[in-house]
Amino acid sequence: MKEIILIKNGELALKGLNRNTFEDMMIKNMRHRLSSLGNFTFTKSQSTITVTPEDDSVDRDEAVRRLSKVFGIAALSRAAVCEKDIDIIRKTAVEYLGDALSAVKTFKVEAKRSDKKFPLTSPQICEEVGGWLLEHVPGLRVDVHNPDITVTVEVRDKQAFIRGNQLHGAGGMPVGSGGNACLLISGGIDSPVAGWMMAKRGVRLTGVHFASPPYTSELAEHKVHELLEKVTEYAGRIRLFTVEFTEIQEAIRDNCPEEMFTITMRRFMMKIASAIAMRENCGALITGESLGQVASQTLHALGCTDECASIPVFRPCIGMDKNEIVEISRKIDTFEISIRPYEDCCTVFTPKHPRTRATVDMARKAEEMIANGEELIQRAIDSAVLKIIG
Amino acid sequence: MEVYLDNSATTKVCPEAVSAITLMLTENYGNPSSTHRKGLDASETLLKARKQVAGILSCAPDEIYFTAGGSVANNTAIFGTVQALRRRGNRIVTTSIEHPSVLRCMQDLESKGFEVIYLKPNRNGSFSQEDLFNAINKNTILVSIMAVNNEIGVINPVSMASKAIKRAGAPALLHCDAVQGFGKLPINPAKEGIDLLSVSAHKVHGPKGVGALYIRKGVQIRPHILGGGQENGMFAGTEPMPSIAGFGAACAAIPDIAKQLDKMTALRNYTAERLKTLPKVEINSPHDSLPYIINLSVAGIPSEVLINHLSRQGIFISAGSACKKGHRSEVLRAIGLPVQQIDSAVRVSFSRYSTDADADALINGIETAIQRFRR
Repeated sequence: MKEIILIKNGELALKGLNRNTFEDMMIKNMRHRLSSLGNFTFTKSQSTITVTPEDDSVDRDEAVRRLSKVFGIAALSRAAVCEKDIDIIRKTAVEYLGDALSAVKTFKVEAKRSDKKFPLTSPQICEEVGGWLLEHVPGLRVDVHNPDITVTVEVRDKQAFIRGNQLHGAGGMPVGSGGNACLLISGGIDSPVAGWMMAKRGVRLTGVHFASPPYTSELAEHKVHELLEKVTEYAGRIRLFTVEFTEIQEAIRDNCPEEMFTITMRRFMMKIASAIAMRENCGALITGESLGQVASQTLHALGCTDECASIPVFRPCIGMDKNEIVEISRKIDTFEISIRPYEDCCTVFTPKHPRTRATVDMARKAEEMIANGEELIQRAIDSAVLKIIG
Repeated sequence: MEVYLDNSATTKVCPEAVSAITLMLTENYGNPSSTHRKGLDASETLLKARKQVAGILSCAPDEIYFTAGGSVANNTAIFGTVQALRRRGNRIVTTSIEHPSVLRCMQDLESKGFEVIYLKPNRNGSFSQEDLFNAINKNTILVSIMAVNNEIGVINPVSMASKAIKRAGAPALLHCDAVQGFGKLPINPAKEGIDLLSVSAHKVHGPKGVGALYIRKGVQIRPHILGGGQENGMFAGTEPMPSIAGFGAACAAIPDIAKQLDKMTALRNYTAERLKTLPKVEINSPHDSLPYIINLSVAGIPSEVLINHLSRQGIFISAGSACKKGHRSEVLRAIGLPVQQIDSAVRVSFSRYSTDADADALINGIETAIQRFRR
């Protein structure tokens, strides 16, 4: 029996003339994500994309697992392919879904017919297949309202597809369709979630991580690699730039008022990240900031840092509670990595009483106390080391 | 350049062990329980390794039981004793600064209703003998005390516990976690009245994942793993022969312990002298501690900063204790160190391969850290 994977587009179906471009982008992403499993053929027809493994021994469980993380897909399912003959369709349904059906109590059959010349109508197909299943799978009942499994038979131009329940896809838009943006990633819980949320809207991610050795350890950098590794399962390949930030943090500590340490540090981060973003053709910055979560994320503080960014700053977590962010981080499997207790650059030299109601004027003054600021920024940008994740 | 000075965490496998392991993986791969020639070859190696480990403890080979490492040995000694003696009493005596593989067992036993007395470290980093004698009563079934503290290297008077048990007329067995002292200090369990003693291969240039439990002849404790009866019924499972042969070879390669102790004392003294030339560097280890370990504080530089700084130069040391991440060391508090000194404490631990040049590299590394990062 031949088995394929059926992909249903989500929002893409709403797109007009660009739809083809979007679909091609999604197929390219799927192909990349499946490449290490084997070769696959992708066929577009109506709002469905069929994914056919060229080699029958391919691990389909793993293929489905990977595809369920590709953005742009609303739903997906595995399906058996057979000849357009009602006898064969009935037998295939038992052979393909018998095991699954014998583990549940109720089912129903739905039929779709894009080949209107097929001798049976949709209700007739349902009746034939449903009756056959009732006869051949013991203990099964029909429930048309709340079935445990819905068996769907699709009669297409050349062949018929038989499938059980669909799985939810990751939703969103194909990565790449929303342009490139630069994610500031610290190693905490929020930034990987922020990256994931923007990738869901089709953004291709570039990462910027600030390291302050020896105040921060190599383990902290490794943690960021592991976090992004998880995000790549959804967002595809990520280019990560690690910036050496020690000098700037020491300059802030030595020159600025303590209460302004964090805001000044974040202003420098925004400037450096903006420069890298523009060099790397990114149209926006992404941060994991959530309003009021810490002193540097009050409305005042965000105002002070925002003016240092020369491109838009996306903060998808801004209106979320911590537990909502944690929920997503668990879903994308970054939480357990995020909570490893390594010092990151945001916790080096933290002031006892950071200013929560800083004004832009105060922030500028604090920053000006570092005489060679521009030179330090340039050095930090030049220090950035590239690592490709995924 | 690589200067490895974290030998209390683990050691590099010595060449003798590497060849023994390779031989077991490639040629002598039989199962010691098999009755054919290939099995016999392996069982001969097993006996040889047992003799090699026993040699370090001056005990009989059949008092050595191979285990999957120090933590397994500790768990078996503790739970095995308690299971065997639970009807004879309810009290267990240990110290509050044991390795987690002892302390976690103790917490579990407390939750099951046993009374566990934790001896607190005193200003010398060891426990007071008076406390020890007071803690052990007629109800005591187990006393578990480590030979050498892994953070500062203090040597505990374990044999005192044996006297205290006798005086109290207690049924207790005396267990000693000797992972940090094995092969570095002369240890003779029979002479010191120790019934059970845990050791690990990877602290003495053997492979990881193998250790041994010494069980004095005549002592009965409950087996750890039931199965095919290997290790005299204590630890079932086909013997991990490459690891065991590697452990044996590593033990055979240990030089004369007393002479080596003199050499390490010289290296420790040399390092200490040079450290004293650096401003505001304090040595936290007592003078009479095991010379393989120097715990020190560089004022004004937090432990992690110094460790990260040295790591970038290829010099590897650890914080007070590799096993207790994020907790302020109880031993360092007990010996009266102020908080700042504890937060800047690091542990340098030598092996027999360490040299004066390694110490020089360390001193230079600390010197640059002081210039650059001291506040």
